[in-house]
Amino acid sequence: MREALDDTLVAASLLLVAAAATAAALTRDPARQAVVLSLLALALALALLFTVLQAPDVALSQLAVGSAVTPLMILLTVRRVRRRRRRE
Amino acid sequence: MTRRARLWVLAAGLLGTAALFAAACLRMPPFGGTWHPYGDRAVAAAIAQRTANTVSSVNFDQRALDTLGEESILFAAVLGTVVLLRRTPDERRVAPQPASVPPALRRYAITVLPLALLIGLYVVAHGQLSPGGGFQGGVVVATALHLLYIGVDHRALERVRPVGLYELADGVGEGAYVVLGAAGLLAGSAYLANTLPHGTFNTLASGGTVPLLNAAVGMEVASAVVVLLARFLAQALEIVDEKTVDEKEEKEKE
Amino acid sequence: MSVLPYLVAGWIFLVGVYGLATSRHLVHAVGCLAVAQSSTYVLLLAVGYRRGATAPVFSDIPPGTTVVDPVVQALALTDVVVGATVTALLLALVVQTRKRHGTVDPDELSGLKG
Repeated sequence: MREALDDTLVAASLLLVAAAATAAALTRDPARQAVVLSLLALALALALLFTVLQAPDVALSQLAVGSAVTPLMILLTVRRVRRRRRRE
Repeated sequence: MTRRARLWVLAAGLLGTAALFAAACLRMPPFGGTWHPYGDRAVAAAIAQRTANTVSSVNFDQRALDTLGEESILFAAVLGTVVLLRRTPDERRVAPQPASVPPALRRYAITVLPLALLIGLYVVAHGQLSPGGGFQGGVVVATALHLLYIGVDHRALERVRPVGLYELADGVGEGAYVVLGAAGLLAGSAYLANTLPHGTFNTLASGGTVPLLNAAVGMEVASAVVVLLARFLAQALEIVDEKTVDEKEEKEKE
Repeated sequence: MSVLPYLVAGWIFLVGVYGLATSRHLVHAVGCLAVAQSSTYVLLLAVGYRRGATAPVFSDIPPGTTVVDPVVQALALTDVVVGATVTALLLALVVQTRKRHGTVDPDELSGLKG
């Protein structure tokens, strides 16, 4: 019974991760990709999957990096790159 | 190659990879099975070394040399980023302007900051016991500091964050790991061998060299993230081309 | 169910590579690379999973309990953090590319060789 429940949770979070990853790769605007999808949805889905797979260490790592550091760096890069474009 | 031809090559490559990968999946041990030879041995070794969190034992004891390699990649990546994002002669630095922040947000950030900092340090310190360790805790500590940027402004962050000091700490963390590894050699054993007394299972001082290497990594990761975010923040908010500034000033004159 | 996690890992990798190869913006390409990279974590942890086992942390369970494989977890966990710093390096290269060539579209870049 418990194993059937575990399997359902694993399958559900796997599908969530697959959906988030697909959406992230197909979002063409980099700023939107960073905020809405790639790293908010994908990072959270991955952290959920890792927790269900009994890997709290990796989930913690993913949550700390994926939900804050990487998206922030991407957004700052986008801002830098866009500002230079405006002057032309 | 035209864009169309490239898409065909890409499609062929993706389909080929997909087919080979799917074929490999069918021959893999089924998901969730009981056959984990490496895992079983790693768990036994971790308990023998009295490290409750076996993941930390693998990272900082059984495969400590591998972690040294990972850490060096991290160090090299940070070094490369710092070099690439330095200010060039045709760019100018504008001092950050004070920003107005809603008082509720400011209260929230100021309350959460020490809490987040404490949690980060806790996660680093308890890496050998509970899920966590230098890698995760380091990131939490570094991001906690940046609540100051959200809650107050960039100037306040710069006041409490002398980047030079963190760059130094990054190197010291990496160096400490290398030196701690050499301690194993001095004790008459192998490089990065866990030669310290292993302590009592499930206490803060257990695991021998694991908590020390953990702390070194925590220091390196925390300062690495601070340095990286500082460079990106400077690029996005402070550094401008001479031309851009001129245009802005011209507009102001008008 | 016995192969689903592996196939999902493969899918994430392929969709990441597709996004990377068809990208029109270098920052987007870096984001897609991060997506493709996350497939390795899914694959590693899927390989190490054991049905009915708990997390490999013995601070609150008696030694001898069946746990999932800690080795793959250790590999994935360091890579998550190190991968972020490598992403930072790539983003720094994007900023430099923009400075030197005035564009972040990879298609326009190929015409600017030299």
